[in-house]
Amino acid sequence: MSNYNNEEKKNHVIDYGTYIFVWLGLLALTSLTVTVAGIHLGNYTLIVGLLIALTKASLVIAIFMHIKVEDPIFKVFIGIVLLTLLAIFILTFIDYSFR
Amino acid sequence: MANGTIALAEKSFYQEGTTKRKTGLFSWIFSTDHKRIGILYLTSVTFFFVCGVILGELMRLELIAPGPTIVNAETYNRFFTLHGVIMIFLFIIPGIPAVFGNFFLPIQIGAKDVAFPRLNLLSWWLYVIGAVFALTSLYLPGGPADTGWTFYIPYSIRTGTNVSYTLMAAFILGFSSILTGLNFITTVHRMRAPGMSFFKMPLNIWALYATGWVQVVATPVIGITMLLIIIERTFGVGIFDPALGGDPILYQHMFWIYSHPAVYIMILPAMGVVSEIIATFSRRTIFGYKAVAYSSLAIAFFGYLVWAHHMFVSGLSETAAIVFSFLTFIVAIPSAIKVFNWVATMYKGSIDPRTPFLWVMAFIFLFSIGGLTGLVLGSLATDVHLHDTYFVVGHFHFVMFGGTGTIFFAALHYWFPKMFGKMYNEKIAKIGVGLFFIAFLTLYFPMFLLGYNGMPRRYFDYLPQFHTLHFISTMGAWLMFIALSIVIGNLLYALKKGKKAPANPWGGVTLEWHIPSPPPLENFEEIPNVTHEPYDFSQLEGMEYGTE
Repeated sequence: MSNYNNEEKKNHVIDYGTYIFVWLGLLALTSLTVTVAGIHLGNYTLIVGLLIALTKASLVIAIFMHIKVEDPIFKVFIGIVLLTLLAIFILTFIDYSFR
Repeated sequence: MANGTIALAEKSFYQEGTTKRKTGLFSWIFSTDHKRIGILYLTSVTFFFVCGVILGELMRLELIAPGPTIVNAETYNRFFTLHGVIMIFLFIIPGIPAVFGNFFLPIQIGAKDVAFPRLNLLSWWLYVIGAVFALTSLYLPGGPADTGWTFYIPYSIRTGTNVSYTLMAAFILGFSSILTGLNFITTVHRMRAPGMSFFKMPLNIWALYATGWVQVVATPVIGITMLLIIIERTFGVGIFDPALGGDPILYQHMFWIYSHPAVYIMILPAMGVVSEIIATFSRRTIFGYKAVAYSSLAIAFFGYLVWAHHMFVSGLSETAAIVFSFLTFIVAIPSAIKVFNWVATMYKGSIDPRTPFLWVMAFIFLFSIGGLTGLVLGSLATDVHLHDTYFVVGHFHFVMFGGTGTIFFAALHYWFPKMFGKMYNEKIAKIGVGLFFIAFLTLYFPMFLLGYNGMPRRYFDYLPQFHTLHFISTMGAWLMFIALSIVIGNLLYALKKGKKAPANPWGGVTLEWHIPSPPPLENFEEIPNVTHEPYDFSQLEGMEYGTE
């Protein structure tokens, strides 16, 4: 049950090619954010911007923070935190939407 | 709990440190030993508690009669702001986790230290820097903040007092809290001794673990919010101020998204300590171990979803108010599960009513009143009547001081022999807790009646019909001062002149009672192999215990 002596278990390697590929992807998404800001999409600008940011954050968490190859427990924790954040957003908007 | 865990090291952590300098101030303030850091926190937290108590006493003295008595209205506003900021951010939030969590979390899971000892020291330093910021505002032109500890907009934008310093203090203290939480979560996951599964952990650890999560997930929200006020005050950016197109209700949302879970940062560790003390002094395994463990997580989770019950009369939409009122009632369930399980643990137990146990009994009584009056405030209709009255002040002090404050003293009396290797005078300690209980009720119970009759909070003056109750409350405040002097004085005397404490004075069975008092530097000579359930008192058969 203990985690005391299992450091050697963790030896997941992500090759440099993947890192560079993801980095280029993040740069491309940043350019896309800037481009979208210049296009007149009305109320959708914010949604598109947030979706791009979400994609970028997911890539960073999955690849650079190694969550993709980590134990499921870490994914569960991130899931719980995101769920809490979502609940906070929904509950706040229950106020703003019904005022 | 474990086989072969008695450490035979001759030197305690007082005689052997982690720094190059073996003695003196530097061997403490640069030590990465979790026990020394726990004691550093104990010293700082107690100092600020005394500061907070003095401010509280002065406020009660001002309220002894209608009209100005010892201070003017402006000074009174600064008193209650500073009293709130000191008590919340410098005493209650770090109180139990940073002092007793730091000292006992690694020992109770069979580890030599926390996962990140240097980060642990950094969190104490951040605490000190935050405290310096809070106190600096006293001596700068403009004086300390007069906004109340909630810093509500738009007043906190417009006041000429040093709000930014106090906000910066809260921001820095938040980082200290996050680092402590992060350290505890990692330590619980990574450092448990062989055999110590999650369900063999003492309930104190479950509570600290749940608290750690709240600290890590909720605290950043207050950090950002405090920074936004500073930005708004400094650069005039319209975020919350309606005059600049901002939304003051958004501030209240963001403030309470942290500050309500913060209430659980304050009370959850106390609940963990209660489980330890009740089990030890009832000589029984805790009733419904898993229910108590899971209820800590449930409180931590649901605690996030109820914040707007502080805002029922602030212009919140009616739909939101109904939803938040409903959610508030849900949190009462896991809290009640704990109280019922504690009481059931005592049933048919072999109860030994020593001082820590008496503190816990005071806690159950006072916290239950605090919790139930919380339901009165969580209910929409009654809240409209009672909002911003002394009823809220009474409720808050019953929960925080009657809850966390009482358990801070319970924990201190329970673990004092282990931390310092000295025994205190039990007779005087019992007089102290008895007097505390009477003083507490005299001081705070009149507040419910005052609030119900319409006395608003945060006023330095009042109508003549409130005089009697205010007078009784002030008498209670002085009685409280005497009680606290007895309690703290008795412990300070024991530090100097107390009898040597044995390894296990109370007959406890969790891991800290298997090692010497005070513990050696790395706690265990060898990492224990945990074979027993956390509260399996059959272990006492092979152990020496008792105060004689």
